[in-house]
Amino acid sequence: MKRVAVIVFPGSNCDVDALVAARDAGSDAYFVWHRDTTLQQADVVVLPGGFSYGDYLRSGAIARFSPVMTAVAEHARVGGSVLGICNGFQILCEAGLLPGGLMRNARLRFLSRPTWVRVEQTDTPFTCLYERGEVLEIPIAHGDGRYVVDARTAAELEATGRVVWRYVRDNPNGSTNDIAGVTNAGQNVVGIMPHPERRNAPALGGQDGARVFLSMEARHATQHAVDVRARDGRHLRV
Amino acid sequence: MSAFRVEVRVMPRAALLDPQGLAVEHALHALGFGEVAQVRMGKHLVLEVKAATRDEALARARAMCDRLLANPVTEDYDVAVGGGAAR
Repeated sequence: MKRVAVIVFPGSNCDVDALVAARDAGSDAYFVWHRDTTLQQADVVVLPGGFSYGDYLRSGAIARFSPVMTAVAEHARVGGSVLGICNGFQILCEAGLLPGGLMRNARLRFLSRPTWVRVEQTDTPFTCLYERGEVLEIPIAHGDGRYVVDARTAAELEATGRVVWRYVRDNPNGSTNDIAGVTNAGQNVVGIMPHPERRNAPALGGQDGARVFLSMEARHATQHAVDVRARDGRHLRV
Repeated sequence: MSAFRVEVRVMPRAALLDPQGLAVEHALHALGFGEVAQVRMGKHLVLEVKAATRDEALARARAMCDRLLANPVTEDYDVAVGGGAAR
């Protein structure tokens, strides 16, 4: 059972969905408020979707300076798993934990609809239970989802297998190379614009996203020598 | 110590698609302003910065742009420092 810290920023609105999806996959998931400075022995950190700080200035630009982000960056630096979904992806790019940036959709409109993405990289903590080449139906809900990188970085991402998901059928937002999700050089930090937590059960219209959360349970045995389960009373309850 | 009026202009990088600018351009054309060849749209921030000298205000403002006000991946910026008023 992995300890999964779901970070809550002011303006997060997919935090409960992410927490429930992680718990449905068998994880010991809990919330961490953005002003906290400890991740409470997390194995995995999830930055959920939403509109942190109202997307003021740029999406994720202010959230990336939240106190908790120092701990998130350290967790990533030592190889801990980090998943950013939608606004979480934007925050990871702003923080420099993932390459590139996310700009206004090419056709300007906020898009909330299903998309189809192909799994391109299965050697990450969040895709190891998928088959390479599988096409998944996962919805998007974003206004700033156009993934942008310079040509040199894009070529490097392609050459080193760091494109994790790619839009197929259509490119909803004008992303470079149809990129829907990427990973860092260590392949422990992953960002995705579509919302896998919104497709993790038949009742939600499909479960193509469920294995994102099952993957992090399957990925590695509990890392801690002493399995810390003691609650310090700071967990927010759903 | 003086207060300097610092103006920061942040623009989407020239090579990148600017859909907002494009939408404004199309609207201008629809209104008959056919002479408009291109519109690009960015942000204009006005800061009041306390500093000993104009150069110091400029250096601090550039640091603010590098840290927060502009995204180096997607945007370019320039900074102009206006007159200082003694405090």
